[in-house]
Amino acid sequence: MIKFNINDTEVEVEPGCTVLEAARQYGFDIPTLCHHEAVAPSGACRLCMVELREGDWSKLVASCIYPVAEGINIYTETERIQNVRKWLFEMLLAKCPASTEIKEMASKYGVDSTRFPAENPDEECMLCGLCTRVCEEIVGLSAISLVDRGVYKKVGSPFAQPTDVCVACGCCVSICPTGAMRSRIDAVRRTPAVTLTPLAL
Amino acid sequence: MINGNTALNIDNIRLNSHEDLDALRQKIIDSHDPDQPEVLVCHGTGCIANGSKEVMAAFEKICADSDIDVKVMPGIKATGCQGLCSKGPLLRINPQGLFYQQVKPGDVEEIVQKTIIGNEPVERLLYKDPKTGEAIHTEEEIPFYNLQERIILKNIGKIDPTDIHDKISVGGYQALAKALNTMTPEEVVTEITNSGLRGRGGAGFPTGRKWQGALKAVEKKGGPVYVVVNGDEGDPGAFMDCAIMEGDPHAVLEGLILGAYALGANKGYLYIRAEYPLAVKHLEMAMEQARAHGLLGDNILNSGFSFDAQINRGAGAFVCGESTALFTSIEGKAGTPRPKYVRSVEEGLWGNPTVLNNVETWANVPLIIEKGADWYSKIGVPKSTGTKVFCLVGKVNNVGLVEVPMGSPITKIVDEIGGGIPSGKPFKAVQTGGPSGGCIPNRLKDTPMDFDSLTQAGAMMGSGAMIVMDEHDCVVDVGRYFLRFLEEESCGKCIPCRLGLTKMREILDNFSSGKGSEKDIEDLTSLAKAIQDGALCALGTSAPNPCLTTIKFFKEEYLAHVNDQKCPAGVCKDLITYSIDPDACTGCRSCARQCPQDCISGKKKEVHVIDEQKCIRCGICMDTCKFNAVLVS
Repeated sequence: MIKFNINDTEVEVEPGCTVLEAARQYGFDIPTLCHHEAVAPSGACRLCMVELREGDWSKLVASCIYPVAEGINIYTETERIQNVRKWLFEMLLAKCPASTEIKEMASKYGVDSTRFPAENPDEECMLCGLCTRVCEEIVGLSAISLVDRGVYKKVGSPFAQPTDVCVACGCCVSICPTGAMRSRIDAVRRTPAVTLTPLAL
Repeated sequence: MINGNTALNIDNIRLNSHEDLDALRQKIIDSHDPDQPEVLVCHGTGCIANGSKEVMAAFEKICADSDIDVKVMPGIKATGCQGLCSKGPLLRINPQGLFYQQVKPGDVEEIVQKTIIGNEPVERLLYKDPKTGEAIHTEEEIPFYNLQERIILKNIGKIDPTDIHDKISVGGYQALAKALNTMTPEEVVTEITNSGLRGRGGAGFPTGRKWQGALKAVEKKGGPVYVVVNGDEGDPGAFMDCAIMEGDPHAVLEGLILGAYALGANKGYLYIRAEYPLAVKHLEMAMEQARAHGLLGDNILNSGFSFDAQINRGAGAFVCGESTALFTSIEGKAGTPRPKYVRSVEEGLWGNPTVLNNVETWANVPLIIEKGADWYSKIGVPKSTGTKVFCLVGKVNNVGLVEVPMGSPITKIVDEIGGGIPSGKPFKAVQTGGPSGGCIPNRLKDTPMDFDSLTQAGAMMGSGAMIVMDEHDCVVDVGRYFLRFLEEESCGKCIPCRLGLTKMREILDNFSSGKGSEKDIEDLTSLAKAIQDGALCALGTSAPNPCLTTIKFFKEEYLAHVNDQKCPAGVCKDLITYSIDPDACTGCRSCARQCPQDCISGKKKEVHVIDEQKCIRCGICMDTCKFNAVLVS
């Protein structure tokens, strides 16, 4: 077993665990959007940043992917973390104004408005990549993937054409943390196969 | 290509020992008459763009057509970058060592007649001392060169990079032969560790420690281990790795083979950016020739050690210079980085221990093995040993490739070697480390260029670009430029980088159009810190550096933009107006003819006037005017 500290409280977990898993096991609250137990962590949303301190030295690490180690000191609510979170939520609110899930999460962490103008009022997707990871890792089809790069990145099927590779299993819809896949799956399938909502699954 | 060595017919012979290598070297040296003229035509990117290929063709044609005595028939070689790029195309003529600059194909006939046959210099092609105007004959006497300490660049510009025999004649593969014969792999690692060599890619991680880390990982979880060259140089203004790969590919290859021997690797990769086709070509040729000589491949120099390498070309993504993105790219996936909480020496390519070093780092390895860690560690400063190759670009007289000992002050590089800025005034700032680095103001010009001093100053060594700026460069505009570059190059995986850089750039866009407030400067700093803390890879975490250092060192210029709606450097288009100084204007009409808006009026020999309403502030009139009559305010 590995012993280390979260917010000055000693915790003990199995080796190979991530800091996020350990923290959640002990009831410490850390927000995440791109993390799901079913798929490999990717460290993309950066909401789960925690501060790793060693004497005077410290750095922020993504807890969803940072492996636990004996004796490390982890803090989950420092000024640096709050600064990162605040800006991430403000940017997400402007990027995905249509997502109630993001609005609720941001509000929970004290961010109710954003100084940035909304870009596309209908946008919900923040490109966490959970949909593409579940399609690749769990369903084994890779019907969708992240396409293009940087500010042009989007989720889509090859060559932006409808694809029969998609079996309309709905995993991507159910794993999507912002509700964005609901409106996208029909573009992946040729025709609306079934009405899919997270509740129906 | 006319070349003295090809006549020797000693191609494709396999070397089976150090003695074989020495014998070949001696044979090559003996076959070459030291008095035979030799013309070295620079084929660096700048010189090629300026027409060095045409100069070379003119030499070949004129020499073939004329009836030159066979004794003075020159060997003509295309070499790598000779360094003084702003004066290209460059020529070096041996045995006199004459240095000719800005040579045009039309000059070749005269050079052949006067210099090759007549042994006389062509005065007008010689380098002129900018202060005295005196002609300087050889490279060694030119301050740009003699103030440098060229150990990595020593052979670049002097050898033909496409001919392994040229490299062998100047001592190529001696270090490899020495290591294979007299050193154990552990001793090679120890030598590199003791030399104090640090990674030249930017971060400055001690190379020896990296190698030891890989060896420990192999011990723990087993092999295979890979060695990889990072040739994905992409910083705006940086071209030193390009010059090394193009001009001395065997140095990189020999370093890589030595690293492979030290680490027990049998397979290596050279990841070279797609935009460097000549580097790819020269390295391919180097590998092919090395293989034919038994210096690469199975049973190298009959030592029992086998190692081979392959070239992987990038696909145009700057982010692939980041180690983990580079690995995913070699693995055939989209080049996106992964968090490096498990270091790549433990889990790199395909999850195996991997040592990735920069081109220049690898090129240092043979030198250290050949001359010893003691020799090497005496160059530079204690914590940054050896030399560093810098690309001196921007508003500086001698644009080019500069190699100096680590710890040389900025002023030595910019003002002495670089010859200062064209206007003769002090430079305003130097951007080191490209888009990840920082902007260092003139008042810190004595800052030593080494890893730790630069980090302390808030900048970064980076790969070695030094962009010199004068008073006509606006720091807000510089910040915008680098952010726009990184915004385009971000892989888009993590939110701080994908969204944050755009937001930072938008705030700067506002500044440059006179919008914004002091509060926005605070917000920008806070957002920049969030990106530094939050981004996934080094591209993101270092992206705010240019902006943060310009705010730190040039706050008053930012305030002028937001408070007074003024751009002191006269760059930000929304904040400037062009006008014509009636006292200086001669009424020559040349600005009016060039103006794309047709908004300059005034008859010939009368003072011209710019219509502010129609002016798009392109600045063409200012560039055109020979009388400095166009003013910007």
